[in-house]
Amino acid sequence: MSENISKIKQIHKLLKTKQISCKELTSKYLDAIDKYNNTLGAYIKVTDELALNAAEKVDEKVKKGSELLPLEGIPVTLKDNISTNGIETTCCSKMLENYIPPFDATCWDIIKSQNGILLGKANMDEFAMGCSCETSRFCKTSNPHDLSRVPGGSSGGCSCAVSANLAAYALGSDTGGSIRQPASFCGIVGFKPTYGSISRYGLLALASSLDQIGPMATSVEDASIIYDALSIKDEKDSTCFGNVNGPTQIHLNKDINGMKIGLPKQYLEGINKDVSDSIFKAIKVYESLGAKIVPLDMPDIKYSLPIYYILVCSEAFSNFARLDGIRYGHRTNSYTNLEEFFSNSREEALGEDVKRRILLGTYVLSGKNYEHYYKKALKIRETIFETFEKAFKECDIILSSTVPQTAFLHNFKPEDQMEAYMTDICTVPANIAGIPAISIPCGTDSNNLPIGMQLIGNSFCESKILNAAYKFEQATFAKNHKSINMGVNL
Amino acid sequence: MSYEIVCGIETHVELSTNSKIFCSCPVSFGKASNTNVCPICLGLPGTLPHFNEKVLDYAIMAGLATNCEISDELSFDRKNYFYPDLPKGFQITQHHNPLCKNGYIELSSGKKIRINHIHIEEDAGKLIHKDGKTFIDYNRSGIPLIEIVSEPDISSPDEALEYVKKLQHLMQYLGISDCKMQEGSLRCDINVSVKKAGDKELNTKTEIKNINSTSFIAKAIEQEAARQIEVLENGKGVISETRRYNELTQETESMRKKEKASDYRYFKEPDLPTIKISLQKVTSVKKLIPENPDLKINRYIDEFKLSKSQAATLAKYKNVADYFETACENIKNKNFVANFITSQIFSMFNTESEKQKFKVHISALDLNKLMKFLDNKETSQHLAKTIFNQMIETKKSFDEIITTVNTSLLDENATEKLCLEAVEKNQKAFSDYKSGREKAIDTLLSYVVKESNGKVDIDLAKKFFSGYEIY
Repeated sequence: MSENISKIKQIHKLLKTKQISCKELTSKYLDAIDKYNNTLGAYIKVTDELALNAAEKVDEKVKKGSELLPLEGIPVTLKDNISTNGIETTCCSKMLENYIPPFDATCWDIIKSQNGILLGKANMDEFAMGCSCETSRFCKTSNPHDLSRVPGGSSGGCSCAVSANLAAYALGSDTGGSIRQPASFCGIVGFKPTYGSISRYGLLALASSLDQIGPMATSVEDASIIYDALSIKDEKDSTCFGNVNGPTQIHLNKDINGMKIGLPKQYLEGINKDVSDSIFKAIKVYESLGAKIVPLDMPDIKYSLPIYYILVCSEAFSNFARLDGIRYGHRTNSYTNLEEFFSNSREEALGEDVKRRILLGTYVLSGKNYEHYYKKALKIRETIFETFEKAFKECDIILSSTVPQTAFLHNFKPEDQMEAYMTDICTVPANIAGIPAISIPCGTDSNNLPIGMQLIGNSFCESKILNAAYKFEQATFAKNHKSINMGVNL
Repeated sequence: MSYEIVCGIETHVELSTNSKIFCSCPVSFGKASNTNVCPICLGLPGTLPHFNEKVLDYAIMAGLATNCEISDELSFDRKNYFYPDLPKGFQITQHHNPLCKNGYIELSSGKKIRINHIHIEEDAGKLIHKDGKTFIDYNRSGIPLIEIVSEPDISSPDEALEYVKKLQHLMQYLGISDCKMQEGSLRCDINVSVKKAGDKELNTKTEIKNINSTSFIAKAIEQEAARQIEVLENGKGVISETRRYNELTQETESMRKKEKASDYRYFKEPDLPTIKISLQKVTSVKKLIPENPDLKINRYIDEFKLSKSQAATLAKYKNVADYFETACENIKNKNFVANFITSQIFSMFNTESEKQKFKVHISALDLNKLMKFLDNKETSQHLAKTIFNQMIETKKSFDEIITTVNTSLLDENATEKLCLEAVEKNQKAFSDYKSGREKAIDTLLSYVVKESNGKVDIDLAKKFFSGYEIY
């Protein structure tokens, strides 16, 4: 098992050796979605016709004996904030319930050009605001490891689908942990690459300076294959540089003897005991592989969360201003003037969390607050860049837990809003600094729920964290991998 | 008690780049509503702006031509407000760091109107009110604009008019905008207040919008100042508001009150990274800048030895000036070329706008060849005109025509023979000329031109005539 845990490679092998046709494989996935989606709520839209058509093209290529492209014939789901030409892209909001974009996001364009098999669009928290997938307009999504629990969020539909084998991989988006936290909750790999490595064109923006698209998969190798295929410079996204350091796959199996792994004490504060036990076991594994553990002190990290909320809310306030009911989206029936038209359309169609953040953003950018909050946040952001830069002079990668806890129960109401926001505490700094971070499974808690470990790297040093993650996975896969008896077993 | 007018003008100029500022839709006018749009300029969710660098070149040109300092960085900000013609709910503009700062425009009186700054921004769509309904046309959305903001240095309606006309002429001359007020490619917001002569404190100002012709600028300011003076004289205060000029009543009327300063919640546009502007960049744009018309006129007078009026005529339109300069390259007597253009070519145009467009079948290079021919005395002015007319009629090139025309001039002996014949046949004119009436030589000259079919060197003939004595 451990020598071939890449699902993408497995599928390509099955297709090339004609043990299964792509059409059969696709049908298997579609049947599994049909069977399990009512229980799991991973998908909000299934695109069976599109999937089967693409599969046919793949089968023709296999028949001709042509080489398969990296993502060719691989069944995938996309988070519903990634634009798909001609297919609803709703962000799971009433506001965009019937919105159909007339263009493709660049990442989906690449997958489509490789005959990737889009099975459907995955559930998410409304406009990617949330950590449980429960603010979705459409349905509740459950954690395949325990149906009474949430899959995490906001890319919860993706993590659920991948972990329950209802897709070989997924693309999610991560603004403050929205790929890594649900990956951690569902026991899969979630990878947020460097800001600007995968084009954001076509991703419905939450916070433009923090958003990043990334792969969610069942293995590190798959995450690496997907990253290599999608990290291409895109003229349509001026902030996108592509993969400046070349393919990551060739680095996966490098010896990590002597690699310096930083352990900032700030990341270990206030985390659940099962989680911290698991992290310390992981550290032992790395030590046995020859890595050197370097204790770090990064006091400025604690400002990440407050400035994160200032930046996210400010940018979201502005990004969501286009949802005014004029050109597309929900439009109110009750208005007597323009101002009522705008405010009633938005009032009727946007959820509580979305409104709360828009209002916060409006507030922190108003008048003198701009100086007191927004400008100050930008300054602190600079400090956090420097903090990481300094840290990476002392170590190659940084290790922490992904989330301070494991998946919580549905309808869990934290004592106050701040407590809910705290789940992001370990994931947010990487977004603030724009650096790559991956969450990989590293054990289970007393309820047998998956625990995730996070590895953070310096800008465009995805190879290093993928290398370290791969080595860990190779060493522990049999022990940490908790297979789910659902979906498609290859 | 006499009052002074204090006036500052914000001028929006639409740039005539090939494509829009953040997408590849062409910049064009007069298309059916909402046909010149794409997901980006419609601001559809998930789209991102991609900056058209040509806009930067044009804006730097505007800045240099108005004596501004050019910033070493280009960054954009979002101006957030809701309006149906604004597809993203914010306008991408430059608030914190405008591209050009601290410039001026010099009026004919020598007075300098300071320019506070020039910034780049995107245009919004357009609302169309019809049959009690409102329609939105987004064709204009994303057309690049520069906004030129003056200091309140303008103190009369005439100065305001000259300032706007000067800007208009300058932008047209740079070739970065057609600046048509009627079509909205040049729009002015005029801030007006009045104060008692000698007062330091400024009174409350009003803003006049929607002036769609230069001919209304002076009138609107005059009317608005008079209205404000009357308000003040009645012991009341001027209300801060936006007003529009009504062409029919020739008065300004209130559009909306400005109760409090709008809060646009500006912040840096995160989708567009800051671009460094190197000194080389500015230098290379500088080279693209056509010379300022005033400097050009002086150069024509000093270096080319043209008369002031000739120089002004040629320098007035960029197309004409460019044509002239190509045509007179390596020509010793530039006056020949100047005369050729202002007489032969201009006579083909009926209107000023045809002159400005300057569409001529003969390329400047071809005219240059003809002029060289003349300059080297290989032909006469008369023959040059004949060749020129043939080029116009046949649309053939100079090289083609020249092979069919005998351009050689009479030699010295033949010229002398003809001159003597001219004297013989025009004895009265000759004696008039010799008794001091200079003009009388024309009769003699036209005789030799006519008799030789234009193949005579006029200067040589003149030499002969002046050398002869009455006997």
